[in-house]
Amino acid sequence: MTASDFWAEGEPVVDKAAPDGPVETRWERRKFSAKLVNPANRRKLTVIVVGTGLAGGSAAATLAEAGYKVKSYCYQDSPRRAHSIAAQGGINAAKNYRNDGDSVYRLFYDTVKGGDFRARESNVYRLAQVSVNIIDQCVAQGVPFAREYGGLLDNRSFGGTQVSRTFYARGQTGQQLLLGAYQALERQIGLGNVEMNTRHEMLELIIVDGKARGIVVRDMITGEITTEFADAVVLASGGYGNVFFLSTNAKGCNVTATWRAHRKGALFANPCYTQIHPTCIPESGSHQSKLTLMSESLRNDGRVWVPKDAKDCQKPAGEIAEEDRDYYLERIYPSFGNLVPRDIASRAAKNVCDEGRGVGPGGLGVYLDFADAIKRLGRKAVEAKYGNLFEMYERITGEDPYETPMRIYPAVHYTMGGLWVDYDLQSTIPGLFVIGEANFSDHGANRLGASALMQGLADGYFVLPNTISNYLAAGPFPAVSAGDAPVVEARKQVEDRIAKFLSIDGDRTVDSFHRELGQIMWEYCGMERSEEGLTKAIGLIRALKEEFWTRVKVPGKGEELNQNLEKAGRVADFIELGELMCIDALHRRESCGGHFRAESQTPDGEALRHDDEFSYAAAWEYFGADGKPVLHKEDLNFEYVHPSTRSYK
Amino acid sequence: MDIKVRVWRQAGPSAAGKMVTYDVKGISPDASFLEMIDVLNETLILNGDDPIAFDHDCREGICGMCSMVINGVAHGPEKATTTCQLHMRKFKDGDVIDVEPWRAAAFPVIKDLVVDRTPLDKIIQAGGYITAPTGTAPDAHATPVPKKDADAAFEAATCIGCGACVAACPNGSSMLFTAAKIAHLGLMPQGQPERDSRVIDMLQAQDDAGFGGCTNAGECTTVCPKGIPMSLIGRLNSDYRKAISKR
Repeated sequence: MTASDFWAEGEPVVDKAAPDGPVETRWERRKFSAKLVNPANRRKLTVIVVGTGLAGGSAAATLAEAGYKVKSYCYQDSPRRAHSIAAQGGINAAKNYRNDGDSVYRLFYDTVKGGDFRARESNVYRLAQVSVNIIDQCVAQGVPFAREYGGLLDNRSFGGTQVSRTFYARGQTGQQLLLGAYQALERQIGLGNVEMNTRHEMLELIIVDGKARGIVVRDMITGEITTEFADAVVLASGGYGNVFFLSTNAKGCNVTATWRAHRKGALFANPCYTQIHPTCIPESGSHQSKLTLMSESLRNDGRVWVPKDAKDCQKPAGEIAEEDRDYYLERIYPSFGNLVPRDIASRAAKNVCDEGRGVGPGGLGVYLDFADAIKRLGRKAVEAKYGNLFEMYERITGEDPYETPMRIYPAVHYTMGGLWVDYDLQSTIPGLFVIGEANFSDHGANRLGASALMQGLADGYFVLPNTISNYLAAGPFPAVSAGDAPVVEARKQVEDRIAKFLSIDGDRTVDSFHRELGQIMWEYCGMERSEEGLTKAIGLIRALKEEFWTRVKVPGKGEELNQNLEKAGRVADFIELGELMCIDALHRRESCGGHFRAESQTPDGEALRHDDEFSYAAAWEYFGADGKPVLHKEDLNFEYVHPSTRSYK
Repeated sequence: MDIKVRVWRQAGPSAAGKMVTYDVKGISPDASFLEMIDVLNETLILNGDDPIAFDHDCREGICGMCSMVINGVAHGPEKATTTCQLHMRKFKDGDVIDVEPWRAAAFPVIKDLVVDRTPLDKIIQAGGYITAPTGTAPDAHATPVPKKDADAAFEAATCIGCGACVAACPNGSSMLFTAAKIAHLGLMPQGQPERDSRVIDMLQAQDDAGFGGCTNAGECTTVCPKGIPMSLIGRLNSDYRKAISKR
């Protein structure tokens, strides 16, 4: 498909900061060629950092340690609550402490392959290189990683790799890493080097003379709108999985910071790349507000099945005879069985449920059965391995997984797309840097387990602090004041929008629109997409958008704590993003990474990638609420890891 | 299930508050407590009433944002469980459930069930860290940490900073919160150089932020969603005595 009714095609986008030459020395050479800011001048430069998760928290702390003045913002009541806190599994690093053949090159190789050849080699190599420094840094901060009896660090293995390179702190690795970054940040706040603004939400980007120079924020307690200025702006505002309404993201996670920047000119890359995790606790009814992930490790011992006959779905699991059960993963993928990659397990679950063979409320679930494992290993051994997960499952569902099989269903978990950035992590707006899940840079079309924490901390501790100096070396930039025309305009955009939300006074709640958007996205822009479905979805989203702006009801005032007003702004942006995601998915007529395109499959129904046509990152330019987005392609070149086909049969 | 909730409504920090009763009908026993409030809020909005403001975020028991006193107990009746992980099946049809904000001198109410917990961050700022600027770290294996110390440090570090301990304490003390951080960092070899100054500075910050003193009432640990034990307060006191005696 070429440019169409839905989009136009523009000039390719080129990463001008990308070094060439041997991949092993690219980062070293970029650091050497980057301009520096001498320590005495750093205190004259201010950097705004939006978000305090692994990327934003570590960046704010590190920039302040280096001597820059930092202003940090988060919507939560404390920087410690950012959603990185919920990451369970672990963090990858190429330490090769197991002596099992790991290396920087192997982590690089696995990550490029895991991303299904849709990520930049230069970025991924750098990520693998700094991974080792992350572990050193976190240990020095006192992060209590799991250890062996000799006192050295323990490792576990994770999906998609053949080495043990994942460092972990029980099932709470994200929490412990975030607390490390948070404590470093609080130290800088205490020293007066970081001005921390909790319960503040960025609602607009301020661009002066073509450079990102500040943000418009709303104090979520008083409703006061202020304009904040700096020499550079860093967005570390996380992913956009909540466009699906139900996801494993925290309720407050939103796309507003990056979407506002996109509307002001920053390209948004690969928005349709989302990761869907196969082992989540299914919905229990229409009240469902979020989904909870359970560690993928459960698939090591649990067997996935549904009844062969849809008529059996209403029966209790125990009454379904062995021969009437379909262990469909073991049947379709005999060599990998229940351990097929995330995307394959997720899609297979949806397929059997679409056939009417799903179990539990609404038929949206499959069994994950530990009966065989309990028989083989004994209940004690199963308890030792998975006790905390079983407990969590029972708390949420009220069912005992030792007695009845667990029910699981896929849920949106992570978004690989985000604002386009160059090798320096700078967006297409000079002075606007984007780090962590908010950018698109390192995971391609699918992210490996235990790589999100690695990327967030790599960007925040080691990459951004080294690249931003190249930009800041030209500063301090001319002072900006509240009376400058672009500032007045940005502020007015925010105030007008809030006034508009409050004036509609319709008959539908914000949540009802969010739920409806989520259902459209899940149905048509989830695990499996088709031209017909996506075209339909775009129409539905456009209609929903019109309805939102005429029928939404936002209670209360602007000048107070108003949680529905906060949500209204986020949902309005999610609706626009949802449309772009569908357009991006429509244009990418290939199955790739976590995405299955119905029209692009092998004769036996497996994903078929089209490297000849789609070996590029799709970076979209905003052209007005009713205009067509313009596609700018960034060609991907693979000099080291040559594209190959995955097979799990 | 049909239930009634009596909820603390307070328009702003200086406004007077009161308990207001609402009927919630047809709620699923599988709904979480916060989902029950969501459902109630949807009705309130459509009826033209002000929905109930409450803090929440991850809804999986780890971010520490949710904070409701339910029937007089911080985080409600289920042991070692945050409000967001409490489900309606723990209640009975026809129950009348009281819902209040954290109440402590150091946590002023902002609106309804939302309180200001920034004083907890102030305690961390005073010393709840190990000074290790980015880039200065030696190899991670340079200093082995005995497994039992690492495990004990981890247990203390699982504190989610929700403030339930403060809400439950008759003195409004944050001692359990502070003690958990002192234990986490004090159990690691990396935390030794700042061990003495840390405990003195954090306790000072705790007093300055308006938290009460600890009288070993033990209410904190009974409501702690992560089961942080009282013994850590003993450890803090011991660290404090040693630190002060060196001054």
